[in-house]
Amino acid sequence: MTDTFFNFLRPGINTTIQDIGRDNLYHIGIPFSGAMDKRNFLIANKLVDNNLKDACLEFAYQGPLLEFFGNNIVCAITGNVSFKIIREDKSEEEGNCYESFNLKKGDKIDILSTNKSTYGYLSIKGGIKAEKNFNSYSINTKAEVGPNEGKKFDTNQRIYLFDNLNKFKKKKINYINSKIEFIRVLKGTNFNYFSELSQNNFVKDEYKVSKLTDRMGMRLEGPKIKNIVNTNIKSEGLVKGVIQVPADGYPIIMLSDHGTIGGYPKIGVVISADYDKLTQLTPGSKIKFKYISLKEAENLFKLYNIETENILNQVK
Amino acid sequence: MLKNITNLGDAALYCDFGDKVNIETNSVVIKYFNQIRSLRIDGILNLTPSYNKLIISFDLNLTSSEKLIKIIKNVNTNEKLNIDKKIIEIPICLKDEFSLDLDRLVANLKLNKSAIFKTFLSKNYFCYMTGFIAGMPFLGDISNDLRFRRLDTPRVKVPKGSVGVTEQFCNIYSFESPGGWNIIGRTPFKIFDRDNENKPSLINPGDYVKFYEIDSNEYSKLND
Repeated sequence: MTDTFFNFLRPGINTTIQDIGRDNLYHIGIPFSGAMDKRNFLIANKLVDNNLKDACLEFAYQGPLLEFFGNNIVCAITGNVSFKIIREDKSEEEGNCYESFNLKKGDKIDILSTNKSTYGYLSIKGGIKAEKNFNSYSINTKAEVGPNEGKKFDTNQRIYLFDNLNKFKKKKINYINSKIEFIRVLKGTNFNYFSELSQNNFVKDEYKVSKLTDRMGMRLEGPKIKNIVNTNIKSEGLVKGVIQVPADGYPIIMLSDHGTIGGYPKIGVVISADYDKLTQLTPGSKIKFKYISLKEAENLFKLYNIETENILNQVK
Repeated sequence: MLKNITNLGDAALYCDFGDKVNIETNSVVIKYFNQIRSLRIDGILNLTPSYNKLIISFDLNLTSSEKLIKIIKNVNTNEKLNIDKKIIEIPICLKDEFSLDLDRLVANLKLNKSAIFKTFLSKNYFCYMTGFIAGMPFLGDISNDLRFRRLDTPRVKVPKGSVGVTEQFCNIYSFESPGGWNIIGRTPFKIFDRDNENKPSLINPGDYVKFYEIDSNEYSKLND
């Protein structure tokens, strides 16, 4: 028996293992984590016939260069990703997202970039051989939990895989990541801390995603939001999607690896249905918000679920 | 008492226990936290107790704000839960290189170095909540004589194990992290243990913490 694994010839900028995340740990300071763009994560698993919750590799911007050791595996990449497959005989193939491909000993995948988007996913049939930590394969580099000692991957590290013994049969789907016009939000619990003008400007003006954006949070640049009550509140629990406004007036959106407690007033919360698309916005992207009601948000989430279901059913 | 429940986004509830930050209010929050946890209500994913709030996040596929608000309003917290009042002893080394903000405190409080340490070590501190980063306890209340505001510009990196004070509270940085509290010493104890999944946090809401002083030798011995 030989081992089946990927060796990281180049780790990429932020490559981690993610699944659907972990719950019931906020009270000790551990957030959900999990794949940032859940829909693309699910499609990746579906393309290789995995359980939809199996662990995938998530990468951001420049992805990893991986060399395969073993006999045969089946993979798929989702997102807006440029990549190539370098065969053992050095021939190169342009990679196509949203269709499965197989790799033999000595083949490499070179994940070049996530074009005009942030996150991409690499699924491997059978999942990744790793140890769960707190009931999840998700790596949270901030709390140092998850496989690989809770750290992102480095050069010459390995992830172990399952050899695929069945005959390879390509699966694919025609899917395009659509752009979103507005990020829809519900008013936050401190909405009345902000001046009426700022409440209005928040949805009238455009914001820009700043460079200081990662799996923990997304900082925004744009019109300052004026606080007329108090720039601090008593520290309290946060959830992903919460938009906090610190004293400097520039909003910060909490993302999947966020600190579980925060002391800045909340102007809004991004609705669950728009979260995937929010996380894909790259630094420099324009972002426009829109207030909607709780009922609308709940209906949009139902739609999002139906849409996801339909997409998964189209994988053939 | 539970004053109000609203939604925080479409997948969480915001339970407000009033404006007061004291042990009495927080004990009610912790009571609700324990009670709701023990009920294992369908769809609840996370409960985050803090000084005077309880955030409940849920799976929007399984339940909704409206349904959960009804359930939470009817939660009976009168039942006695067996919470033993635990006192956890934490060693702290107060040598200069660990007491990063002592000079700032001496300059602004009416106490000298040794009086600051003596006052700090004289009390047991209640754990209001843990979080922000994994396992970090928010403790209180410190003596009126030690209360001072946060650093004007937070540190980018506060070393792991640092013990900080600000306003009525003290904390322990369970990991290296950004932070703005006034650092007075450092503990060699592991505050958060990722490998002990059933009980990863050394200190939990409702516990009491007693700090005791150790010297550099003991610090190195305990800090493996």
